[in-house]
Amino acid sequence: MIDLTLIPDGGVGWLDASGPSSHLVLSTRVRLARNLAGHPYSTRNSDVQREQVLGLVEQAAGETTTLRRPVRFRLDRLDRTDRQLLHERHLVSKELAGLEGESGVRSAATLLLQDTIGAMVNEEDHLRLQGFRSGFDLGAAYEAVDRLDTELGQRLPFAFHPDFGYLTACPTNVGTGLRASVLIHLPGLVLTKEISKVLQGLAQVGLTYRGLYGEGSEVVGNFFQLSNQTTLGKSEQELLDHLAKMVRQVMAYEEQARDVLARDATTVIQDKVWRAFGLLRYARSLSFDEAMNLLSGVRLGVGMEIIPGVGMYTLNKLLIYAQPAHLAQLEGVPAADPELPVRRANYVRRVLEAEVGRRGRAPGKGEGDE
Amino acid sequence: MMCDECREREAVVHLTQIVNEQVNTIHLCEKCAAERGVESPALLTKTPLGTFLAAMGKPGSSEGATVVAGTCPACGFTLADFREAGRLGCSECYVTFGGQLRDLIRRLHGSTLHVGERYLGTGTPAPVAVPTPASDGAELRDRLRQAVEDENFELAAELRDRLRALE
Repeated sequence: MIDLTLIPDGGVGWLDASGPSSHLVLSTRVRLARNLAGHPYSTRNSDVQREQVLGLVEQAAGETTTLRRPVRFRLDRLDRTDRQLLHERHLVSKELAGLEGESGVRSAATLLLQDTIGAMVNEEDHLRLQGFRSGFDLGAAYEAVDRLDTELGQRLPFAFHPDFGYLTACPTNVGTGLRASVLIHLPGLVLTKEISKVLQGLAQVGLTYRGLYGEGSEVVGNFFQLSNQTTLGKSEQELLDHLAKMVRQVMAYEEQARDVLARDATTVIQDKVWRAFGLLRYARSLSFDEAMNLLSGVRLGVGMEIIPGVGMYTLNKLLIYAQPAHLAQLEGVPAADPELPVRRANYVRRVLEAEVGRRGRAPGKGEGDE
Repeated sequence: MMCDECREREAVVHLTQIVNEQVNTIHLCEKCAAERGVESPALLTKTPLGTFLAAMGKPGSSEGATVVAGTCPACGFTLADFREAGRLGCSECYVTFGGQLRDLIRRLHGSTLHVGERYLGTGTPAPVAVPTPASDGAELRDRLRQAVEDENFELAAELRDRLRALE
């Protein structure tokens, strides 16, 4: 098992709920795709060439100020549960973790991580640089990754074309190589059935959405990753400004939807979030999807000030540790343990008990007639 | 809303132009927009990469089809490999398959011209005071001249639009 205490904040600093608008936005990340000129792309590279790429990147990183002393994970030397753990922590893509399809993990697939900056090496592009931030903070996330990009670019020959910009293995990432994404919780829009209109609107303005785990993942627990669809023809700042503007718009819609729910469906919404809370506090077996959906309800209840005494950080932590690999590590059992749903329910009960049990329960808005 | 051009069909493309600091929006139907050479990125990006990859294989679907030889000299990749994998073999592929890729990139991004940060090469100092060449008028004019000489009219049109926006 890997020791995640090696990572600053255990690599979950981005979900400490300290950032701007953290009641709606869990985290912000900006990634830049880069490739080294003169080397075939990772999918075509030999094992020896991938080691070379890793060697060049690590040498260059050692000379930077931003990634000089990284925590280093060779994904190709970790077992599946550990790789899944890093993926569940949103530190590596499914592709780098080798969790996609039959092909498994690519040789020399590596994560370098320092503070809130990460570099995935030998992903489908040689380099995927990432900046993470808690809450909604595109500016800070980009600033950090931009600095790393500049420092590495002075030392590594990036593949660049005068018209197409930074070249990437897939033409969908070419140009800036920039994908900025905001992980946002939109239960109000889902409950008022406005969500599809909003998502369609986003597609019209060049944005796209994904599920909790990024590309190719399902939407669970009403979490959406909103990001730019195109990467070429606009500057980095234009792409970030556009996404920021649209995310602010979406947040305003979500707040409106919550106001509508609070006003026109008071009892229904109170019942819904308290039921979610009740199930999480007393259930004896929870599947991952069920836990996510119930956590979504509680999160909404906390955000609407119906449920008192539960912190966003606690909910974020539950979101992470209810995941299979995390739970398995926590409990010291294999990820395929058939008792995992029971263990999950026990864990969630324990955490919620500690959170609200000792503090006592201040009467909330929703408890008027109880 | 009706198309400003033909006044027959529903407008689907809304083109905002800034001319002499005057912002004006014209509304076009798909057909008139296509005739003017305007494509809507919103409409285009909805279609997944796969559709384009499939379409690329068809003869006559791409202007560069007759020009481009089949194999990338740097990595041995072919267009057939690209269609299958959805990923290119190496950065040289962008030169080798430039014609087809330009077409695809325009469909994917609604543009074929990078206007973001430019890579300055290794050993360069921090790019503090360097202007972004793509937003620099003189640089754009140079590239426009070059594009016209190369008969790369698509790029030329885009550079022209950038220049107009700048001026």
